Amino acid sequence: MLDLIFFYLFAALAVVSAVLVVTRRNAVHSAIFLITALLATAGIFLQLQAEFVFIVQIILYVGGIMVLFVFVIMLVNLDVALRQLQFNRGWLVGLVLAVALGAQLAYALFLGRTVQLTGAAGELKAENTEQVGQVLFQNYVLPFEIASILLLVAMIGAVVMAKKRL
Amino acid sequence: MVPTSHYLFLSLALFTIGVIGVVTRRNVIIILMSIELILNAVNINLVAFAHLWKQVSGQVFAIFIITDAAAEAAVGLGIIIAFFRNRETVLADEMDLLKW
Amino acid sequence: MNAIVEFFRPHLMPLIYALIIVVVLPLIAGYIVLLERKIMADMQARLGPMRVGPHGLLQPIADAVKLLIKEDIIPENADRWIFWLAPLLSVTAGMLALAAFAFGPGFQIADLNIGLLFILGVSSMGIFGIVLGGWASNSHYSLLGALRSSAQLVSYETAAGMAVVAGLLLAGTLSTRRIVEIQAEQGAWFVFLAPIAFFTYLVASIAETNRAPFDLPEAESELVAGYMTEYSGFRWALYFLAEYTNMVVVASVATTLFLGGWLRPLPNVKAFAFLDYVPALLMLLTAGYCFYRTPRQPTKVQQGFLVGVGLLCLLLGVVLFLPMLPLAFGGVEAPSLKPAIHGGFWFLLKVFAYMYVFMWLRFTVPRYRFDQLMKLGWHFLIPVAIVNVMGVGVALVLYRQMGWSLGVALTLTTLATLAVAAYLAVVGTRGEAATMGGAEGSA
Repeated sequence: MLDLIFFYLFAALAVVSAVLVVTRRNAVHSAIFLITALLATAGIFLQLQAEFVFIVQIILYVGGIMVLFVFVIMLVNLDVALRQLQFNRGWLVGLVLAVALGAQLAYALFLGRTVQLTGAAGELKAENTEQVGQVLFQNYVLPFEIASILLLVAMIGAVVMAKKRL
Repeated sequence: MVPTSHYLFLSLALFTIGVIGVVTRRNVIIILMSIELILNAVNINLVAFAHLWKQVSGQVFAIFIITDAAAEAAVGLGIIIAFFRNRETVLADEMDLLKW
Repeated sequence: MNAIVEFFRPHLMPLIYALIIVVVLPLIAGYIVLLERKIMADMQARLGPMRVGPHGLLQPIADAVKLLIKEDIIPENADRWIFWLAPLLSVTAGMLALAAFAFGPGFQIADLNIGLLFILGVSSMGIFGIVLGGWASNSHYSLLGALRSSAQLVSYETAAGMAVVAGLLLAGTLSTRRIVEIQAEQGAWFVFLAPIAFFTYLVASIAETNRAPFDLPEAESELVAGYMTEYSGFRWALYFLAEYTNMVVVASVATTLFLGGWLRPLPNVKAFAFLDYVPALLMLLTAGYCFYRTPRQPTKVQQGFLVGVGLLCLLLGVVLFLPMLPLAFGGVEAPSLKPAIHGGFWFLLKVFAYMYVFMWLRFTVPRYRFDQLMKLGWHFLIPVAIVNVMGVGVALVLYRQMGWSLGVALTLTTLATLAVAAYLAVVGTRGEAATMGGAEGSA
């Protein structure tokens, strides 16, 4: 009962924040609402007993990526942009298509909402962080190393791209 | 106990709002933010299934997605800064250098 | 009705602790400010605030009243909503981080499985308060100060995180309560097992809280208080409260992870059990000193006040001595009360010692220039912290898999890390001297 209340709370917060992200005129306001949407998502993760993903979301997404976004918004802040059109010329077509896509997916989910999902069921034995660490470094160590190389490449790319003179 | 379908519908809602943001807005930074919304929706989906089947693989995948989102945001924002330095604009409609 | 009471009962004590923290913390932060001014005065051979109340002890209350009745000025084109939100973010992030600490064996608001990581994550949300505050002020000084300050915070956050990871490798868990218990089992604080991590965390936490010598973004002579320039009255008080709360948070992290939390020095060695009498003795000595200085006070008010402070210390000394009574007279230890009360005392003592080092450095060392600051963070601290993590990992492998003694393994890897740090320090400054001189001609 209580977790249903919390779920609806977080879900409402996430959806309302998301709607506000895509409709605000001021980019900094959008960024703040994205932060609240990400925090609501982190709350959903916590409710799904994924503590490590919760804290990784807060540290990386909210504390890292959003700080980057806010920095860049401040660097490219144009008062002119605030007074121009916010939505592009094909906004109606885009909206209709996106809603059609969403409706199709919603129909598929609606059809399958009571299906009892069976499959290889695991067991949450140890503490979540410990379990994630074990799986990450035993089964998925190759994607882990590739992800670290990806981050290195992204770091070098971002530095090169943002330099004034190469 | 919240049924998994609730989480899937929430994920769908966030995904749709993200897609609307990507195809509708002109400001490139807000398009990037909508992409982050889409990635978050996918994360909720993955973690919900990880919870359903009591495995951690879904959570590990979600962590990888968050890492990739960080890399993509960094490079994307670098591109925006480089472009802004050249053309003084962040509106996607005005980034049409290849048109004749 | 009964169902509602039963529903809230497990949350009652944490709620009371949380309420205590939220209500008491502004007062304590105010008195930490007074403490800093008194320590500053002591190091500069003067007396500090003496007028408001006996020995200036009512100064924080006067400051608070002044700040509350000041006019609330908002700059003209400032974004009102974000201007209101920014100090709130800083204060909330700081206070939220205090929820995961274990101040004593039972004194904890929430024993999270991911306690330490939660604290680091929530502290990283405090950066938003600074960035948004600087931007919302619609002023050049504020924006520059905010960008510099947040760049500094983000840089040193990595180094602090790596230093914490080195400590966590030794602990094996993220729960703050379990970390202190593991230090009790090991019989030594982690600062003796991983000293480089402790000193890296010390330097990084000074930069994390924007304290001198890393306080360029908010130094008065540089950027006119940086991101706080346009904030006046209560909003500025909130930023200040956030800064001192952050100081308490980083001191608590260092205390929990490196300095043994609520444990006394050498917690497991029975021969040092006389150290358990130290808290009570300290309080009684302070009370005695207060009573000794009473006759020399110039006015009756100051005499009365000093007698009051002395009586308070006496009461605390008696409270700290009571759990030791059965032991002192040859009985058995009263298990439940002693760790809690003495634990709280030791924790607070270590937190204040750490903050004393902060204040000591502030009044002794000159300020770093911003590029020197970033160079120190990225070129020195982060490589040393990463090498330290590798060193501690290697030491643990040697200890657990190959049976070496932990002390020997850790000493070897600490020496190796120190060698790397020395190399970085020497080579780094050599490169800087070359480019400063300009003779080498490197671009």
